[in-house]
Amino acid sequence: MLRLAGVSYRYPGAGHETLHAVDLELYPGTVTGLAGAEQAGKSTLCLVAGGLAPRVVGGTVNGEIDIDGQDTRDWPMHRLADLVVTGLQDPGGQLSLIAETVFGEVAFGPANLGLPYDEVVSSAEEALRLVGIEHLRAHDPTRLSGGQQQLVVIAGLLAMRPRYLVLDEPVAHLDAASAKLVLTAIRAAATAGTAVLMAEQRPEAWTACDAVAVLGHGNILATGAPDEILSNPRITTLGIEEPAEVRLRRRLSEAGLDPELMGSAS
Amino acid sequence: MSATAPLPSARAQGASPWHELDPLTRLVVALGTVAAALVLGGIVCLSLLAALTVLVPAAVARELREVLRLSLLLALPLGVSVVVVNVLFSPGTPAEGALLATGVVLRILTMAGAAVLFYRTTRPAELLASLQYHGVPSRATFVIHNGAAMIPRLAERAREVTEAQRARGLDTEGNLLRRGRGLVALAAPTVLGAMAEVETRTLALETRGFTRPGRPTLLWTPHDGPVQRLARWGVLLVLIVLVLEHLAGVLPC
Repeated sequence: MLRLAGVSYRYPGAGHETLHAVDLELYPGTVTGLAGAEQAGKSTLCLVAGGLAPRVVGGTVNGEIDIDGQDTRDWPMHRLADLVVTGLQDPGGQLSLIAETVFGEVAFGPANLGLPYDEVVSSAEEALRLVGIEHLRAHDPTRLSGGQQQLVVIAGLLAMRPRYLVLDEPVAHLDAASAKLVLTAIRAAATAGTAVLMAEQRPEAWTACDAVAVLGHGNILATGAPDEILSNPRITTLGIEEPAEVRLRRRLSEAGLDPELMGSAS
Repeated sequence: MSATAPLPSARAQGASPWHELDPLTRLVVALGTVAAALVLGGIVCLSLLAALTVLVPAAVARELREVLRLSLLLALPLGVSVVVVNVLFSPGTPAEGALLATGVVLRILTMAGAAVLFYRTTRPAELLASLQYHGVPSRATFVIHNGAAMIPRLAERAREVTEAQRARGLDTEGNLLRRGRGLVALAAPTVLGAMAEVETRTLALETRGFTRPGRPTLLWTPHDGPVQRLARWGVLLVLIVLVLEHLAGVLPC
């Protein structure tokens, strides 16, 4: 389990903390969604949970961060990378520029971990298949569209077969079909035992989650099952978009109609 | 190339004995040629150097035409100024000036040719894999590689920014003042965007274990061997001899 207890974080040179006493637990085999408005601190929490802050980003972190009871705050990034990997928002910026093909890009992470050659190849092949981009394997990743690059980046992270996968808006750049593919791949990774933290804005992402944590102004405001959290009418006041189904149910209720009619119609 | 792993390349690979060499050997030859061209002075010696380390390998690699064309293009601006200065303003006779200019132009052409030949026959990923194979740390290879890889990326970003700013009515043509104003509006987002991208890339590489100590698993290994290793040391030895000779002034060139 990856555990954050009472974690606060301040960016270098910042006058105030971006995260305040955050408590979060990521369990193997589960997907935890991270919802919140713009500037709520979702990306920062991803950086802290993924270990990039403060190791690479700088700044100051307080509180406890451990994996399976082991304090990881003194671990160097390369040691943490064996267990935790992080996907960021800008897909083009995450390409290594070293690999000339999509296959090489996806295999880049496992190769860096020093895995045996056959394992590197098989994990890259599996990740390409999971994300549905086998047909792009010989393409130059820098020449793909933003959505395709996002799929390549996610495949590259999955190929590392991490125990903990932190994703900052993984489906933000994707069309509905590609987003569904990625969410399916994330679910598959969780089924294989990975603990996933996924910050997202798009409501369809919550369908892949076992739990959703709501972040507001750097604080965890609520945590619970997606249905429970997202059916709460207050979430729109926190800048979180309601899933279409929840919105429809609410509007039916407001119009004096039985929301269960929707269920029987489908 | 390794028999076990195809180089994962999006571009067509050249197939010649020159392409088959370990990229490190090609790099050593290119750097050795540049250094030797700086040390050697006479036209005969420079011609021999150019023939041996640029023209013959370029012919073997079936790149002779492109190497000549690009080398001439690269050397042209400097070459023209060298000829003009030496022929017109040389303290000796115009013939002496022309001779001097020929030597300098030949030196520039040789250096440009070595760089072009290396660029034309070596892909960045191939060089990177070779450097990693030879134990160069990942951070160093990244600096070497990304310095070159960022240039086309930056050019592409500049083009995107230009198009976006033009679509919003920025005048990037016209007189010098207008162009100057336009340059600021283009340079700021290009540079800031590039800086943000470098920051993101640094984070992404860290999380993907790029800075992990030890050699990563190589998807491709270069065709190195005792002959090439000997050749690389040979190039270094020849360079040392040339420098010493240059200081002592024994040879006519």
